[in-house]
Amino acid sequence: MERMTFDLASSSLTEMNTFLHKGLEEGDKRHISVLNPDGAHNIAVGLNHPVTVEIHGHAGYYAGGMNKHARVVIHGSAGTGVAENMMSGSVHVKGFASNGAGATAHGGLLVIDGDAGLRCGISLKGGDIVVGGSVGSFSGFMAQAGHMVICGDAGDALGDSLYEAVIYLRGNVKSLGADAQFEDMTDADYATLAELLSKAGMDHDPKSFKRIASARTLYHWNADANQEY
Amino acid sequence: MDIKPVSFKRVSREESASFDRSTIDYIQNAAAHGLYEIRGMGAKRKLPHFDDLLFLAGSLSRYPLEGYREKCVTKTILGTRFAKKPIELDIPITIAGMSFGALSANVKESLGRAATAMGTTTTTGDGGMTPEERNSSKTLVYQCLPSRYGFNPDDVRRADAIEVVIGQGAKPGGGGMLLGQKVNPRVAKMRTLPQGVDQRSACRHPDWTGPDDLAIKIQELRELTDWEKPIYVKVGATRTFNDVKLAVHAGADVVVVDGMQGGTAATQTCYIEHIGIPTLAAVRQAVDALEDLNMKGQVQLIVSGGIRSGADVAKALAMGADAVAIGQGILFALGCNSETYIQDGKHISALEGYDALGTQPGFCHHCHTGKCPVGVTTQDSVLEQRLQPDVGARRVKNYLKTLNMELTTIARACGKQNVHHLEREDLVALTLEAAAMARIPLAGTSWIPGHNGY
Amino acid sequence: MCGIVGLLVKTPALKERLGELMVPMLIGMTERGPDSAGLAVFGDSLAENSRKLSLYSGLTDDGADFNWHGLTHALKEHLDVDAHIDVKHNHAVLSFAVSPELVKRWLRENHPKLHILSTGRTIDLYKDIGTPAQVADRYDFKSMKGSHLVGHTRMATESAVTPDRAHPFTAGEDFCLVHNGSLSNPNSIRRKLTPAGIHFETDNDTEAACRFLEWRLREGDDLEVALQKGFDELDGFFTFLMGTPDKLALIRDPFACKPAVVAETDDYVAIASEFRSLAHLPGVKHANVFEPAPEEMYVWNA
Repeated sequence: MERMTFDLASSSLTEMNTFLHKGLEEGDKRHISVLNPDGAHNIAVGLNHPVTVEIHGHAGYYAGGMNKHARVVIHGSAGTGVAENMMSGSVHVKGFASNGAGATAHGGLLVIDGDAGLRCGISLKGGDIVVGGSVGSFSGFMAQAGHMVICGDAGDALGDSLYEAVIYLRGNVKSLGADAQFEDMTDADYATLAELLSKAGMDHDPKSFKRIASARTLYHWNADANQEY
Repeated sequence: MDIKPVSFKRVSREESASFDRSTIDYIQNAAAHGLYEIRGMGAKRKLPHFDDLLFLAGSLSRYPLEGYREKCVTKTILGTRFAKKPIELDIPITIAGMSFGALSANVKESLGRAATAMGTTTTTGDGGMTPEERNSSKTLVYQCLPSRYGFNPDDVRRADAIEVVIGQGAKPGGGGMLLGQKVNPRVAKMRTLPQGVDQRSACRHPDWTGPDDLAIKIQELRELTDWEKPIYVKVGATRTFNDVKLAVHAGADVVVVDGMQGGTAATQTCYIEHIGIPTLAAVRQAVDALEDLNMKGQVQLIVSGGIRSGADVAKALAMGADAVAIGQGILFALGCNSETYIQDGKHISALEGYDALGTQPGFCHHCHTGKCPVGVTTQDSVLEQRLQPDVGARRVKNYLKTLNMELTTIARACGKQNVHHLEREDLVALTLEAAAMARIPLAGTSWIPGHNGY
Repeated sequence: MCGIVGLLVKTPALKERLGELMVPMLIGMTERGPDSAGLAVFGDSLAENSRKLSLYSGLTDDGADFNWHGLTHALKEHLDVDAHIDVKHNHAVLSFAVSPELVKRWLRENHPKLHILSTGRTIDLYKDIGTPAQVADRYDFKSMKGSHLVGHTRMATESAVTPDRAHPFTAGEDFCLVHNGSLSNPNSIRRKLTPAGIHFETDNDTEAACRFLEWRLREGDDLEVALQKGFDELDGFFTFLMGTPDKLALIRDPFACKPAVVAETDDYVAIASEFRSLAHLPGVKHANVFEPAPEEMYVWNA
């Protein structure tokens, strides 16, 4: 399998990204190492081939943003918006992720081994996110579809304004957001959860998780329901 | 019952200016429903606007150009600052962002065809890019909004420019809105929403806040598109001077400023009428900001919000805009607020539809209901057939053509061989407000309120 | 908006290199803040009866050609004060062994356009318009020594780009603050504090926050209590980094939209808006790198 290396200490990020967009064959599966990322922003954005990109160090904002098909691994932490708007493929952060991790992702799998910052999974549109650690406040805010698995704790306003996305929480939550509620886990939930944990390489018992979903009271403007909006 | 003397009859019908019928109706609706009013269109109240400016043309000191034989260039280039492939327009009049969802698929196709015929652009809206629009519109601007409904990298790659929307004139500080009756299966799928559910939209972007982060987001979009496509930044007009400066600092190629007259398909009336500043004031602030940074000509300015006529376009350009964007005007051209719709070449009355909404042609702003009597702002499969793409495309093209002709007529009268040579010294003002906001002297005087010491 | 940087070093060897380590941090924040830059350094303290003022002459008619030595002579003549002056371009540190109020009053009367940047025994403060690299060069930041510093790069949001509106802002003695974010009620804060005798120099929202803390500290709150009150009264988005002679302190508002990252080793604590400003620091690859949580006070002792 073809292997390539880009050293961002000596070569241009734009040149690397352009190559990853235009220099690959359809269905290209090569392996790319990115050295000395040193917190650079926009590393490996807009990938559109089933390549593997390993980033050795800390990434800045939007690492793996709008990813399609590729597998991105970050051996370090990731800044704001890692895997934002991902369509398919996967992004794996070995360290912690900053705010807005997996924001508005339509598909694919985002795994964060450490903690995630605030607004993890904000505006989620069908992607799956598995966090080994805890997540910050406003996580799952306006999440429309997809799944979030939180192995640690959650901050305030979890799942505020949730649509149809489902959250599985193992630890404690400081507070639930508007329209978010605890529900019983079903067999289908356990199966989905087990599969996600397995894909993420995390070894927890699905039975130790709780389900959080939308109460759907904000779905229609209705004064008599005395809603908060 | 007492019989009033004839001379007192009118006294008993004295309307209060503060608590007029409109206000009483508003309060009584609030009391009945406990909900704010939601409607479409832009600010309806009278505001200082381009009507309050006039051109000085055809004098002994400035010679007009002949209408047909002497050229007047309208070509406009947007996105020269960083993009490898700037947008080239034949006319400085573009079609503003309006969503599929707010509008029907037939409308989106009509707009694309008209824009292509006239050599200009259409813009997607808060719902994503439809194949109809991409296929019919030769040059398409793709919006990136706080909601990110339907936003995806394939469409970014397919677009000709990207417009990062911070806000729009109708509701600066508010997010998009689409009520359940317009969230039909197709719209629901595009936006990843349950069918029939009222859409709530975020008012801030999910993955950035502030111009320092916007700079990084813009870079992400550039990296994604290999620096080929212009990046626009659109703001609803509020603190426009600061916003335009910050948009430039953040790396925008083009800034779009939308005044409070700008329309929407649905939002709370309190936003529309009470938040934002008039387009006239906003244009001036935007141009001041660009001149302050010495970026006039490097970063282009598009102005929108109540642009209706060729005269409006000319005035916006004279004030310093590089182009305008039109939303509501285009809808009226399609047949919005018309008494009839056209099927197979025949005019058919739409009055029943207006009646059902409790309104009449000339007063309708009920886009939010999805029951547009002329098939423009609807997702209903029956109603949307009332606007056929052939008809729509022809009407919008005619409108754009008329605007452009009026623009060149005025420019020629002012002695300009290129519409972009119109300048603010070609204008005078009719009212104090317009003079102060636009910093243009009152007609027949050299007075600008607040300047030159008085 | 802005970039913030902070650095606190724990070994004598690194104290000698404080400036050298910091300059790349500041320059790394240029895109976040291209308009102006500033820095407050905490070095060796003067004796108890002494004070120093950081002064900026950029707003005077003579600018960088300001007659500093003339000023010290005049001070000697008028007030019988022996002052020492250390000049760099349009900036000087004036040290003396009398009450600072005496000297400041004299300065306001005789050199009203001379801008007083800071007062204290330990703090030196520099700020000016220009890119971070230009400002760092102008004041020779790379040669600075001390135990800790607070730095800032500015992209003006509402108030103008002028030297006095750059950060850090100071309050009282030996206290400074830098801010990334935008407050939404600075004018009300100003109107509340002015009758209480707090004097404002600019319309900058960060100054409003700084003076609010100045007021609370003046009223006897310690820093932690003052900051807690700040959470209640200051509205908007903020990451604040503050410096005192023996501490660096950091807080983020509950929404935590403005970024901050910390890298801690046995030898130093470094703070920046983005990791890329920390990437060059010695041993950062093995540092404990984390993001401060919102609404929590982080304090590091020098």
